Amino acid sequence: MGESPVRSGKPRGNLPPLELYVPEPKYRPGDKVDYSHLEIPEAGKLARPDEACEASETWPLTTDMIRVLGDDDKAVGPWNPNLDPESLRRMLRNMALTRAFDDRMYRGQRQGKTSFYMKCTGEEAISVACALALAGDDMVFPSYRQQGILISRGYPLVDMINQIYSNRADRLKGRQLPIMYSARDYGFFTISGNLATQFPQAVGWAMASAIKGDTRIATSFIGEGSSAEGDFHAAMTFAAVYNAPVVLNVVNNQWAISSFSGFAGAERTTFAARAAGYGIAGLRVDGNDALAVYAAMEWAANRARANMGPTLIEHFTYRAEGHSTSDDPSAYRSAHEREEWPLGDPIMRLRNYLIAIGEWSEEQHADMDRELAEDVKAATKEAEKNGILGHGLHHPFHTMFEDVFEELPWHLEEQAEQAIRERQTKWPEWKE
Amino acid sequence: MLEEDAVSLHDAPTRSLNMIEAINEALDVMMARDPDVVILGEDVGYFGGVFRATAGLQGKYGKNRVFDSPINECGIIGAAVGMAAYGLRPVPEIQFADYIYPGLDQLVSEAARLRYRSAGEFVAPITVRSPFGGGIFGGQTHSQSPEALFTHVAGLKTVIPSTPHDAKGLLIAAIEDNDPVIFFEPKRIYNGPFDGYYDNPSKSWKNHAGGKVPEGYYSIPLGKARVVREGAAMTVLAYGTMIHVVEAVLAEKGVDAEIIDLRTLVPLDIETVQKSVEKTGKCLIVHEATRTSGFGAELSALVQERCFYHLEAPIERVTGFDTPYPHSLEWAYFPGPVRIGEAVDRLMKD
Repeated sequence: MGESPVRSGKPRGNLPPLELYVPEPKYRPGDKVDYSHLEIPEAGKLARPDEACEASETWPLTTDMIRVLGDDDKAVGPWNPNLDPESLRRMLRNMALTRAFDDRMYRGQRQGKTSFYMKCTGEEAISVACALALAGDDMVFPSYRQQGILISRGYPLVDMINQIYSNRADRLKGRQLPIMYSARDYGFFTISGNLATQFPQAVGWAMASAIKGDTRIATSFIGEGSSAEGDFHAAMTFAAVYNAPVVLNVVNNQWAISSFSGFAGAERTTFAARAAGYGIAGLRVDGNDALAVYAAMEWAANRARANMGPTLIEHFTYRAEGHSTSDDPSAYRSAHEREEWPLGDPIMRLRNYLIAIGEWSEEQHADMDRELAEDVKAATKEAEKNGILGHGLHHPFHTMFEDVFEELPWHLEEQAEQAIRERQTKWPEWKE
Repeated sequence: MLEEDAVSLHDAPTRSLNMIEAINEALDVMMARDPDVVILGEDVGYFGGVFRATAGLQGKYGKNRVFDSPINECGIIGAAVGMAAYGLRPVPEIQFADYIYPGLDQLVSEAARLRYRSAGEFVAPITVRSPFGGGIFGGQTHSQSPEALFTHVAGLKTVIPSTPHDAKGLLIAAIEDNDPVIFFEPKRIYNGPFDGYYDNPSKSWKNHAGGKVPEGYYSIPLGKARVVREGAAMTVLAYGTMIHVVEAVLAEKGVDAEIIDLRTLVPLDIETVQKSVEKTGKCLIVHEATRTSGFGAELSALVQERCFYHLEAPIERVTGFDTPYPHSLEWAYFPGPVRIGEAVDRLMKD
């Protein structure tokens, strides 16, 4: 018996040795950043297909970029949603409030008031504009960076902060990591720390809505990094198979903690282009352009509501801050990226547009920022009355064992007794 | 024998059904009673499922409520979680328990945790039905018994019936339950009460008391074990197919054992278990699943913790081996009469 070529490990003939390709981001700490390779089309250039079009008509849009707000602070083209000034100011305010909230909560974490926080700096347009384009009772299956949706829907800031502090007024009873909100009455699904699980769930919710002949649609958000999860494929397949009334959003903010988008396949094609493989509609949008985001979500929501099926939207943006309070982005990427980002800052762009059309001023903006900072500060003070993390003012002790099941089974009852005994041993004066 | 604890129309006429027919009837009853019950899974629609558990249901209730799914267990369970969040009561089928792993994250991190992490805002009243266990020459990917993976997860209930009567009543209770339930169906006994003597002609449910199934609606509460047979010599804890194997072995040996069909692993009926072991002083635990960290280990620990001073002999554990389920040597793997018989002998010697 001759030696098996499989076993010998010798290269066959004169074929080149195979090489593993491991993606590497263009810039690391200290590198000078040049974004001239990014193709950023002029605002207003792309056609807006009919919402009831064949999915394939949208596919050219998936490798391009829908933009409404130009560098000259004008809103142009067929995707311009032509919002009235009042709506534009509301959008601006919600974005500014989201940023003010993030800034305060980030500082609170640094001051030891809680364990963890995640900002969405630079991505405010995506959640705020989407929230305004959706109906108030459409169901959102968010990731952890859509606080702008809760804020836009009027969820009380104090309740958000109570959750972040895990205090005795936390509606989630101190069980969830900070910012993992749940707000059923605001159409906001409980956030999971396991990434992308909400994508197929949103499709299931949308299917249920269709089963019941409802008129509400569902939408979900994931980052480009977690689009690599199998859940993405599950969601896209189910959405396509059942023509589910759902809008699936990939927020491409370039970074998944320290892994650049190349580790989710961004070097090969856009994330929106994945829509074509499933035969559904896809849009790629300038995620720092609130008007373009609004227009894209409005288009997709109308399409879903008219039984024309699902849409995948890629929001092209930049994560201006770290992934969370637990990482230091200067350790893995160039600080110049944020400065050089060619799509600018979403708040400044909308602000400048409003000023350009004579519906806003720098003074008004400065006043608004001051007012919002005061609002957030007041909400923080109010929430702090209910306690901050680790200072005893948490929910009653026994709630730890509740809601595992609808009813407490014997084994949890026994374990609750044990926990209470431990507590009495440690603090003999403890009463509840 | 009808269980006393069965919430049933006791005067409802019974018929002999096999376990598949009983499961089909439970689904039918619940779909008729509750418009929020929907069924999805691979091949469950027009075809009625590879084991026929959903036969006729799509025709009766429409494609909106009984439909085929893509071959994607993550999607099946993930979509079911979303449907539950909407307010439906989905009953997904995972074609074989061996296929459930791609859906594990959606079960373990999502369905099981929704109520807790949202403080009751969102719940997952989902019943995942799935045929499990060996004895049908299914090889290693159609024979596994992964129940212990699920009993280990806070927030999941795990239910395993051993007769058509119980299958119907327990499945109805599982669907009505507001927590996620893993409902494992011992597929070796779909058609008859297999007793482990694989050389003998197979039996049908026709002549078995557990094959008598009442018409209409009845439910058997989750968390209640069934005393299959009262006895004094030892307590046998088992579930699913193993109930019938144990019964046959003990009858052959003429041992007066008390056999307890756990029916629900979580929540476990610890009271019935404890009472019985305190009475008999001996305990034999039998399951088909692999041994190490199997549910038998949990049972053994519980019995030791609660009944130590009543025990007259070491607790015996009879299980499948810690290997994948081999195709050609299926019966060497299966915890059959010889393996169980040895353990019974050891206990009777002490």
